[in-house]
Amino acid sequence: MNYIWAIMAIGGIIYAMINGTMDEVNKAIFKSADDAVVLAISLISVMVFWLGITKIAEAAGLLKGLVRLAKPFIARLFPDIPKDHPAMGYILSNLTANFFGLGNAATPMGIKAMEEMKKLSGSPKASRSMITFLAINTSSLTLIPTTVLAVRMKYDSHSPTEIVSATLLASIISFIGAILIDRLFYEIRRRKERQV
Amino acid sequence: MSLLSTASMWIIPCLILVVLVIATAKRLPTYELFVDGGKEGIGLAISILPFLLGMLVSIAILRASGALDAIIGLITPFLSFIGMPADIVPLALVRPISGTAALGMTTELIATHGPDSFIGRLASVLQGSTDTTFYVLTVYFGAVGIRKMGDALKVGLLADVIGIMASIIVVTIIFGA
Repeated sequence: MNYIWAIMAIGGIIYAMINGTMDEVNKAIFKSADDAVVLAISLISVMVFWLGITKIAEAAGLLKGLVRLAKPFIARLFPDIPKDHPAMGYILSNLTANFFGLGNAATPMGIKAMEEMKKLSGSPKASRSMITFLAINTSSLTLIPTTVLAVRMKYDSHSPTEIVSATLLASIISFIGAILIDRLFYEIRRRKERQV
Repeated sequence: MSLLSTASMWIIPCLILVVLVIATAKRLPTYELFVDGGKEGIGLAISILPFLLGMLVSIAILRASGALDAIIGLITPFLSFIGMPADIVPLALVRPISGTAALGMTTELIATHGPDSFIGRLASVLQGSTDTTFYVLTVYFGAVGIRKMGDALKVGLLADVIGIMASIIVVTIIFGA
């Protein structure tokens, strides 16, 4: 990640030197820094609200109920997490929120899930479960792609929701793909460790 | 369409309703629990800030310099040669890196080609079925202080490639090219 981060900036600045776009780059640096602050501040409202609701749901035993429902499926995906661990509840609420297009509710729960997984692994290295969780998250299994629907309505689509089934199908394929790739990389890691 | 858009409007209030009704029935101190849980959110959001800022600035430099467009320009002929619709290539390349840029491109594609055209539909499906891998990694790993990402980036990006291919194939099959 260090390399990618530095290379994006280095590449951009060198390109700007050659092509005379330094003015734009200069503006973009501080504009994007401002944007990041605005984004983080707007995250506060989302985080406080959803973590508050999640806390109630957790105390009411709703997260445990959710875990019990999806246990056979989720336990197989995350073999490293004990079945009754709170991480499972957060992982499931994150996936559920994503599925129903509640992107802003998914983020706080995803972070809580990561926190719990870090407690389990106790190391600053990404654990197996964390990588699986991220792979699933980036493939974004969605029933209601809220943002896209809004854009389609804005441009007077005859049927804004006609893409819902196609989106669901495509995201199921990428979801399965993500799990397979994750497993493949895990096996490669394990083989390497055995050789050492 | 009304069913799904109504559903997406009802879902959050109903979720809150269900949680509160059950918690109240169990005689839990709902308000105190809410405040207690919410407190954590402030610290979390602030702790993500440096990670987010660093990532967004680096991506902004790459975009503003024109280097990103140049890279896209270089790759586009190759990708359209192997069968990818040329209009969609920039969106596919930007989607994992920058969420705002991708949404901008999707909106533009829908505006110019029309939401019910092949490109409009493909852009919609692509936008909906993939996520901003860089953002997810930055926020989730940043928040809990993971320094070594292991295979996470590789796995995430490969999953995006599958998502993009799946979108193209599914849209072509369902709606026709």
